[in-house]
Amino acid sequence: MYDLEKVRADFPILSREVNGKPLVYLDNGASAQKPQVVIDAVTKAYAEEYSNVHRGLHYLSNLATEKYEGVRGIVARFLGAKDEDEIVFTTGTTQGINLVAYSWAMPNLQAGDEIILSVMEHHANIVPWHFLRERQGVVLKWVDVDANGDLDPQKVIDAIGPKTKLVAITQMSNVLGTVVDVKTITQAAHDKGVAVLVDGSQGSVHMPVDVEDIGADFYAITGHKLYGPSGSGAIHIRKERMDEMIPFFGGGDMIREVHKDEITYADPPMKFEAGTPGIVQQIGMGVALEYLMELGMENVAAHEKALTAYARQKLDGLNWLNVQGHSATKGGIFSFTLQGAAHAHDISTVLDKKGVAVRAGHHCAGPLMDHLGVSATCRASFGLYNTTQEVDKLVEALELCHDLFD
Amino acid sequence: MASEAFEEIVETFEFLDDWEDRYRTVIDMGKDMDPLEDALRVPATKVDGCASQVWLVPEIEGEGPTATFRFRGDSDAMIVRGLIAVLKALYSEQTIEQVLAVNASEELGRLGLNDHLSAQRSNGLRAMVERIQQVAAKA
Repeated sequence: MYDLEKVRADFPILSREVNGKPLVYLDNGASAQKPQVVIDAVTKAYAEEYSNVHRGLHYLSNLATEKYEGVRGIVARFLGAKDEDEIVFTTGTTQGINLVAYSWAMPNLQAGDEIILSVMEHHANIVPWHFLRERQGVVLKWVDVDANGDLDPQKVIDAIGPKTKLVAITQMSNVLGTVVDVKTITQAAHDKGVAVLVDGSQGSVHMPVDVEDIGADFYAITGHKLYGPSGSGAIHIRKERMDEMIPFFGGGDMIREVHKDEITYADPPMKFEAGTPGIVQQIGMGVALEYLMELGMENVAAHEKALTAYARQKLDGLNWLNVQGHSATKGGIFSFTLQGAAHAHDISTVLDKKGVAVRAGHHCAGPLMDHLGVSATCRASFGLYNTTQEVDKLVEALELCHDLFD
Repeated sequence: MASEAFEEIVETFEFLDDWEDRYRTVIDMGKDMDPLEDALRVPATKVDGCASQVWLVPEIEGEGPTATFRFRGDSDAMIVRGLIAVLKALYSEQTIEQVLAVNASEELGRLGLNDHLSAQRSNGLRAMVERIQQVAAKA
């Protein structure tokens, strides 16, 4: 049984007020709030367990290393990975995808080779590929979503040609909430010898993930959306792909031996992790993932599914509201505009006055904004602690917007 | 004392105690303001660094500190457009000397709207006030 009240009590920030109103936090798609266990773990790590990792042989360094390295196994369990050595620590999905671009794609792709992207990718899964287009003549092929915001896996598969080397696709749109059948895409791509990268930034937050089942070569997550500290993250990379990668970041920790004319590298995953990492951030992410696994991602998903259905019904009832994306797979992410002249920033300003936090802007999804023909939208994105009462408060605040801006 | 037009707004606001009514008034002022024609919504009149788009067309009649300052402005966001109408009351038909003496943050504070001028807001109003001050300083 999912005890929502108890869950909410785990997040101290949820009891604060904003602009004299109880906080209704609906900006989880941008970053999620942190449970007390994560806050405590971060404090404890600095207060009692802190030193650099992989360095000294003294007590604290060993302790910090043990805590930090322990997170690799937690991430592996959270993602269903068979081997924790396939988990590379990052500062988030952006770094994870850039790592793949620099370490794997740049040395392995030639001019004329193709990367397939959906039009609803986040800039983190677009810009690194633009680097390859600009610098190496790699061709970006875009697959559109349909009028409901669905991405037909067959359209992605059909776009794969003899020059295609990579399909880089989100598991869940950060604007439309559409969930993509990444498993079907991965299977078909692999049948054609094409690698697949899945952007799990949103997907991993809202549903159980099994990277062995999906089968993708690269699956990236970001800790701060998973109720962990900002600056934490990881990417699952299949062993075979790691063997094809050259290091991107160079520095301490990722080497075996360094001489004037010779260098040898540490074994993966360390080979791809240079310099002092976000030690405490990663430890905090480990605690956040344990927290999620204790709640049960299937329970989180069930709660959010019911909440999404409720929100959908309520928002669909507002005939002056344009909600973007009506996929049957849609999760708890609602982007919308008001009919008439009100700008997304007008709406978010009024919502903020009512204590409702949403995002307004292009959501780092330029190609999708072009596709939808809008310059900005407001986005309400739900998390595991949101309630139907909060949906009602959103609706109430939107009704005020409609009244003010009409 | 700020401009007469602005003092009138201050008087109106004295009767409005909640933010909803103040916002409604501001939004209505924006609706009543003449829109800037498309030909004037160009890069040269656009104020940089704004999440919503803001345009400013200043006009100075005469010379020196006693010259009359006017401006026209617009935004694609309704609250910002309304706030531009407030700034217009504050700055338009003032002498350059008066324009330079205005403390916009303090004046908007009298309306409870100064948070819109804070550095954290990227709505363009702060940049607009800065541009007005720059134009006046050069006159």
